[in-house]
Amino acid sequence: MSIQVSMIINGKSVQHEVEERTLLVNFIRDTCRLTGTHVGCDTAQCGACTVHLNGRAIKSCSILAMQAEGATVTTIEGVSTDDQLHPMQEAFKTHHALQCGYCTPGMIMSAIDLVNNCPNPSKEDIREQLDGNLCRCTGYHNIVIAIQEAAKVMSPNN
Amino acid sequence: MYPFAFQHTKNIKESVSAKNEHADAKYIAGGQSLIGVMKLRLDQPSQLINLGLIPELTGIRVEGNTLTIGAMTRHAEVAASADVRKCIPGLSQLAGLIADRMVRNMGTIGGSVANNDPSADYPAGLLGLNATIITNLREIKADDFFLGMFETALEASELIQSIRFTAPIKSAYAKFKHPASRYAVVGVFVAQFAGEVRVAVTGAGSSVFRLSEVEKALSSNFSADALEAIHISADGLNSDFFADSEYRAHLIKLMAMQAVNQAK
Repeated sequence: MSIQVSMIINGKSVQHEVEERTLLVNFIRDTCRLTGTHVGCDTAQCGACTVHLNGRAIKSCSILAMQAEGATVTTIEGVSTDDQLHPMQEAFKTHHALQCGYCTPGMIMSAIDLVNNCPNPSKEDIREQLDGNLCRCTGYHNIVIAIQEAAKVMSPNN
Repeated sequence: MYPFAFQHTKNIKESVSAKNEHADAKYIAGGQSLIGVMKLRLDQPSQLINLGLIPELTGIRVEGNTLTIGAMTRHAEVAASADVRKCIPGLSQLAGLIADRMVRNMGTIGGSVANNDPSADYPAGLLGLNATIITNLREIKADDFFLGMFETALEASELIQSIRFTAPIKSAYAKFKHPASRYAVVGVFVAQFAGEVRVAVTGAGSSVFRLSEVEKALSSNFSADALEAIHISADGLNSDFFADSEYRAHLIKLMAMQAVNQAK
């Protein structure tokens, strides 16, 4: 059995026949070949698969591709423009907010959503709001610093 | 996952008739419980009926002291709504404490209520506020809705359209989160109405329940001190390797006191 699904991913309209059971993360990685989005646990715990669905961070392993019908999806590949890194990516690089890097795409997508909804977060806000993303290298210290620094660039009125 | 069929629907009528045609079909709201359950094959519907594209199921409306929330409204929307915060602060607080931010961006109030997970947060809010569950067929008071573990008064094809709340004088939700799953080990919702206090507990039993003894004490004196002398029995409470029933009984009292202190 298969069914047609269409959505906009990183500004590009995509339409494919998929099996109904296809998870959004598999659609992004296997069908669209955008492998920046990672699968960590496949059980909604680690947040490595975080993407934006209509502008809000969600776990793409926990929804079906069909649930994103007609939606606008942004993945880690879609946040930088014209070879210019997103301020969040820049801050992660500057502050060494990654060790093995596996959780990083999800961390960055989650962190952008965090700052969009909380423009001037304290360290406590960040730690509390980041509870859906796990870093098994336990590199949270620099991740929190990077998010706070990125927030200053993303929200210039701070 | 195992293979299944998937159907989009445009309105409530179409969803209900699709459900009537397929005995083991399921409605899918945000899917934040259902997808996980299907991955584990704890449930294996042959068909999913998508409620995600139905505009009439979304939105938050306030009229006087009545708050109505569409079934497909996401937890994050409820948590961020200035109307909800003003009308029922405890409900706003509860929505912001569900799971993590990504789940709150996808999960819906209708899905949570229809699933009635014994550790879910919304059932405590609905029972504490004696909300009205509005379906395609009728209106059901929360007191008559939550029947047992994952069990509700909903008929086979009945669909929740919205939830209606009456604003209390004061309300609050206190939750002791499981450190890994973020589900409530114990969650207590307290609501003070004119002449009545309602207290609902989630996470501690097979389904959400009210605490009449605590309600009575708070009705005559709405303060944490009024609960000092109350003993919560551990009989019949959930017990697992993380929290035994004695511990949960202790947490119920603690969370109730915390909620009373925070109520506004």
